[in-house]
Amino acid sequence: MVLSEFAGVSMPDWIDALLRIIFIVALMTIMAFALIYLERKILARFQARVGPTRTGPIGTLQSIADALKLIAKEDVRPITADRWAFELAPYMAFVPVFLVFVPMPFTETWFIRDLNLGLLFVFGVLGLNIVGVVMAAWGSDNKYALLGGVRAAAQAISYEIPMLLIIVAVVMVAAGRLAVDGDASAAGSINAIVGDQTTTPYILLQPLGFFIFIIGMLAELHRPPFDMPIAESEVVGGYFVEYSGMRWGMFFLAEYTALFLLVVLASSLFLGGWNWPFGADVGLGLQIVLTFVKTSVLIVLVIGSRALFPRLRIDQLMSFSWKVLLPFSIIQVIANGIILAYGGPDWVVGLVSFGLLVALSGLVYYIMRRKQGEGTRTVQTTPATPRVITAPEVTPVEAGGD
Amino acid sequence: MVQQTFEGEVLTEPVVVEREFETVDMNINIGPQHPATHGVFRMVLTVDGEIVKDAVPYIGYMHRGGEKLSENLDYRGALGYQDRTDYLAAFNSEWVYVNAVERLAGIEVPERAEYVRLILAEFNRILSHFMFMGAFGTDVGYFGTAFTWTFKERERIQDLFEAVCGDRIMYNYFRVGGLAWEPHETFVEDSHWVLDQVEVGITDVDELMTNNEVFVARCRDIGAMTADEAIAFGVTGPMLRASGVPFDLRVDEPYSIYDRFHWEIPVGERGDVYDRYLVRLEEMRQSVTILRQALDQMPTSGPIEPERMPARLRPEPGEIYMRQENPRGEYGIYMVSDGTDKPWRVKMRSPCFHNLSSLRPQVLNTYLADAVVALGSIDIVLCEVDR
Repeated sequence: MVLSEFAGVSMPDWIDALLRIIFIVALMTIMAFALIYLERKILARFQARVGPTRTGPIGTLQSIADALKLIAKEDVRPITADRWAFELAPYMAFVPVFLVFVPMPFTETWFIRDLNLGLLFVFGVLGLNIVGVVMAAWGSDNKYALLGGVRAAAQAISYEIPMLLIIVAVVMVAAGRLAVDGDASAAGSINAIVGDQTTTPYILLQPLGFFIFIIGMLAELHRPPFDMPIAESEVVGGYFVEYSGMRWGMFFLAEYTALFLLVVLASSLFLGGWNWPFGADVGLGLQIVLTFVKTSVLIVLVIGSRALFPRLRIDQLMSFSWKVLLPFSIIQVIANGIILAYGGPDWVVGLVSFGLLVALSGLVYYIMRRKQGEGTRTVQTTPATPRVITAPEVTPVEAGGD
Repeated sequence: MVQQTFEGEVLTEPVVVEREFETVDMNINIGPQHPATHGVFRMVLTVDGEIVKDAVPYIGYMHRGGEKLSENLDYRGALGYQDRTDYLAAFNSEWVYVNAVERLAGIEVPERAEYVRLILAEFNRILSHFMFMGAFGTDVGYFGTAFTWTFKERERIQDLFEAVCGDRIMYNYFRVGGLAWEPHETFVEDSHWVLDQVEVGITDVDELMTNNEVFVARCRDIGAMTADEAIAFGVTGPMLRASGVPFDLRVDEPYSIYDRFHWEIPVGERGDVYDRYLVRLEEMRQSVTILRQALDQMPTSGPIEPERMPARLRPEPGEIYMRQENPRGEYGIYMVSDGTDKPWRVKMRSPCFHNLSSLRPQVLNTYLADAVVALGSIDIVLCEVDR
């Protein structure tokens, strides 16, 4: 989207750039506010509650009220904290997430810049996020924060690798399909990948990829069942335990912005983004609606996982990533390579990926059953046959003195 | 080995300093104010990374001298303190004390009062186990879902208690010899209605947690205790039964009118956290069975206190140890009378205190997260531990 064309007026480049920055920050802040409200409402429904109702009509202004409270709050810095690490950490966590919105296609023409290596950019910049988290953990001079930060770093490293490998697999498929039109080099651009999904969303071609991406996304976002970096019952909130006021709010904002970002990415890569799934060419308005419908479905999925899953342990999380997800994503890349090298049709790619997904599920099921042993998930009961009531007898004693 | 640097110096041998890479174990203070300690319990964990190497528990933050306070008041006056020991199962705690005084003084309790007491105590068992489900779910990592669903059911039971005795937590409804006043007119119908709701609620919790793979992965084989270990620590209640010992005071040393009902004792196999959860879940179902029978058998009319009660209780000198099955295990009152209107000695045997003592071997060499889960599975009430 070139704003000057869109608005019908010509303007210098720097104003154009400035307008885009303002646009993206405003949009993301509004989206984060909306997501916080949505999460509270949806979570409340999962939890047999009603959620916020008092601030504004059906509680819609709750996020604004929260933000105002956060801004008004005192900004406390522990006296033993490392000042620069502590104060810079929120920005380090916050800025990369916003930067990543540059190549996100909301419609066919609405994006900040269609980068040729958009996917690489997204993961390269998003990876910086963890620096802020570790800085916060180290700078706070707090043991809980340190534990949470180390957990977050370990988790981010473990889950980014399978996620990136699966992106490679997706790009391979996209390149193969785009090469038919003679432009395989565009496969790194997110918008080109979305544009290729007019008839076939990639979830049909790479179901395993979608699965691993969602898992990695939950881990990246510290969402249950992968929320041990911010586990309240263990590390009391994790790396931002010492933060208050707007600094804490920035972590929060970064988290929800990242949620929206990754959800848009997932919908772009696997669900066809702004495409109508049956190949019809739809206009701008419907494209926005489609993007929002698809992202909303994924958001409800993510929020639902928060309501319905407890938390994995750190070693279970690690072994799941390194021992299950990583091998399977490597196999997926190799399988895609072989099939595409021999010019296999799309349905073979999809079938193999689906087979791998079934194999993964079966393996996890088998491992868990074997680990838990033969024990059933019910308890034995023995019939209670109460004996005849025998009251404890009172034993007379000499009245005791002191 | 001869090396020459740029300045022309000759280094004959590179100096290698052999030193072990020292890693210091970290002390983590869990509590007294920590979301996982269910009150003011403190444990200092020595962790090597995420592995717990040592655990030192500290109790006593809630010590109010409940035993001594009970000795300083007369037999009836100390009733109010009994609610405040195990505040999640206040009816059960009251019942033990009242029973002990009655046995000591030789007071017969009317049948109807016994039924009402039993019904309320069993309801309280369900109430307490619901609390366990919610709090334990939070420990394992449910973001409030387990908590809200169980609290929805707790509300119904507490509404019933409020209708009966006007209070929702500290009931103070049992009296020596009977009850404070008649339960409200629709007590039986209300109870049946609440039971219907509670049964649905138990199924809800079951469906939310029991077969959730993540939940099972977190709970299976954590904090496992064999029967011998459990007995050696004096562990009682659901924790003991989860270890495979079918010991239930309602059966093995029955009191009140527990010989009139038929139910079953759930017994676990491995004694791990998951078995403790399952045992409590099944106990709730069995409590519903007992309650249905009790509500059907309960006489519709009759006295709720003896015809004649002494104005001032002065039991003959003697001692008694009355123990009952509380939701958390064997709650006992040891009482010595010296013939005056105040007990000479009141000793409370708190199940949580003994259950909690088994914490350390359960958490050693496990992960930090497992320590939290193991602590949660004990279902401690710190007011009862510290008295």
